[in-house]
Amino acid sequence: MNLSRLVTARRNPKGWHWTDVAAYAYLLLGVVLMFGPVLWLVLSSFKTQASLLEFPPSLLPLSQKEVTVPGYPQPLLLFKVTMEDGTTRELAQIRRVGVQAQMINPADPSQQFRVAIDKRTPVREFSLATKNYTEPLERFAFPRFLANSVIVTVVATLITLLINSMAAYALSIYEFKGKNAAMLMVIGTLMIPITIILVPVYLVVTKLGLVNSLWAVILPGAATPTGVFLLRQYMLTLPRDLIEAARMDKASEWQIYWRIVMPLTLPALAVLTIFSIMWRWNEFLWPLAVLTKTEVYTLQIGLNAFQGELQTQWQYLLAMTVMTLTPVAVVFVFLQRFITTGIANTGMK
Amino acid sequence: MADLKLIDIKKSYGAAAIIHGVDLAIEDGEFVVFVGPSGCGKSTLLRIIAGLEQVSGGEIQIDGQSVTNVPASDRGLAMVFQSYALYPHMSVYKNMAFALENMGLGRNDIDQRVRRAAQMLRLTDYLDRKPKALSGGQRQRVAIGRAIVRDPKIFLFDEPLSNLDAELRVATRKELAALHGEIGGTMIYVTHDQVEAMTLADRIVVLRSGRIEQVGTPLEVYNRPVNLFVAGFIGSPRMNLLPGRTTSAGRIEIGDQALPIEIPSMGQAAGSEITLGVRPECIDVVDEAQADLVITLDLIEQLGGETYLYGSAPALPQITVRQDGQARYERNQRIGLHLKRETLHFFDADGNAIRIR
Repeated sequence: MNLSRLVTARRNPKGWHWTDVAAYAYLLLGVVLMFGPVLWLVLSSFKTQASLLEFPPSLLPLSQKEVTVPGYPQPLLLFKVTMEDGTTRELAQIRRVGVQAQMINPADPSQQFRVAIDKRTPVREFSLATKNYTEPLERFAFPRFLANSVIVTVVATLITLLINSMAAYALSIYEFKGKNAAMLMVIGTLMIPITIILVPVYLVVTKLGLVNSLWAVILPGAATPTGVFLLRQYMLTLPRDLIEAARMDKASEWQIYWRIVMPLTLPALAVLTIFSIMWRWNEFLWPLAVLTKTEVYTLQIGLNAFQGELQTQWQYLLAMTVMTLTPVAVVFVFLQRFITTGIANTGMK
Repeated sequence: MADLKLIDIKKSYGAAAIIHGVDLAIEDGEFVVFVGPSGCGKSTLLRIIAGLEQVSGGEIQIDGQSVTNVPASDRGLAMVFQSYALYPHMSVYKNMAFALENMGLGRNDIDQRVRRAAQMLRLTDYLDRKPKALSGGQRQRVAIGRAIVRDPKIFLFDEPLSNLDAELRVATRKELAALHGEIGGTMIYVTHDQVEAMTLADRIVVLRSGRIEQVGTPLEVYNRPVNLFVAGFIGSPRMNLLPGRTTSAGRIEIGDQALPIEIPSMGQAAGSEITLGVRPECIDVVDEAQADLVITLDLIEQLGGETYLYGSAPALPQITVRQDGQARYERNQRIGLHLKRETLHFFDADGNAIRIR
């Protein structure tokens, strides 16, 4: 009810103004642009390898119908054939020779025909190739990759929240010499992309003996300048009186941080949580550099394995991409209301 | 319960000095009000006592012990902030219990104390609410409750009523006075509102530009202001301050009129500057023939129970006269004024009071 009212909202409920039409057209374009690729991905992930390679491509996961005909061990593909006399009938193809196909009537295997290939069209039906999902989960170590990704994301996000909020607390609540310089340095590191420090960080990680352990992925990115900046900006907006009141209430510095400042920073923490989860979950380059053994692969690296040098198993790649997207999408759905309020409050974009 | 001693307290931010050597002793159980115009350093002084600001010089003693370098959390004081500073994510109960938890009290003890304070402040029905679900007056009471539960050595109030509307301010003022009567306790209260100062204080401390101008009971400060600043600041509407000169006959001449008022002989040379102070309620309206001073009325304010007349005389500032009841006057009417001799204040050229009695 609400939804129907929402999608038919107009300037004037009585009629359609041209701006209504323009607005809806514009919004529709946005929806198609944003969700079209995702929808395409999800639908394609249910296509068989054959229908993926088909041209022209179809939107829905359609696959050609197959029938088993007595006397033939393999299931045969079913076609709709236009006969020389103009009638159409459904025939199964035994084999194809050049531009001719040898067809058989599945109802009466004694009837065989030779048909030009342009006279036949495949009979298709809607079918979900769920084995795109089940096979990699069984054959490859995908549950393992998934577990690795979850561990990295959760642990790294928790560490990020803790470390960043502590740094932000110090940089926003305390007055000390060099505070602004410290803040500038933190912000300054925002300008250094990972690709530049990849090699030095790799060397550090190697010296620490962390290569091929999940800690190698978790630790280097734990303190993100974006997070420190975001939380600091938010904490600056907390009334100083609250901190002072807590101090008068005999609260220790730890209690002020943990019981007063952290609960009040929740909207900003939620924003950072979403960011951190998305960053960590989608991280590719750094894990690719430090994780070389299959058992420590994260999902993103695992996905990469489908993309072989000679052949790409698109149906698995697409299915596993959907698997990879789902958790982030779910997190986003649950936390998105914090993003708007949190970002509005921090003044960040 | 404790007494407090400030010895030569100084505070400066960089080169800017805010407090210039304040000496003050506050006795156990006393209700002391710091009053002064904005920027006089009264809030800074309170924050120094609280430990939220460090002194640049001097010493603070509580119960004879120096606490100058003791952090705020260990001084055992409680403060009520102008903004109330209630923890928005905690219920009323949690707000009041927070300090007690930090003090390491047992759960039963905390519960008992919070409920007693809630009952005293009529907050029992609101204990589970968050601060944002409370009205301004209720928030104010929670802030006070948060101070009471701790049973602190000294209560500090930083303009606690300034965010309330006029009616609630009067009501809460009375409650605060009753509260002080009930629980005793040393209280230090900062305000710029001299009505709050007059009604609540055992002693008023009048501050200006980081210096104490006068310390005394409300009536002492009202009746015997030590200088022009205090005379002008305490009392509403403010005292009429009329600049004038002494004459050779030992009388005073204000504006272009010589008044038949003898000034106390304090060695003032004839012709020296002198300021005559007279409160609005100490002026009678009389016939012009018997008047000390004749003014033309500019404005009449009828408040029902009392009437304020604002009039001017040549070369004098506007003069305010308070009349009981509903006096009938008209604009531009000329009236004669008689100044009650025993209530006059005289200030010398430096602004200091000349004591008659």
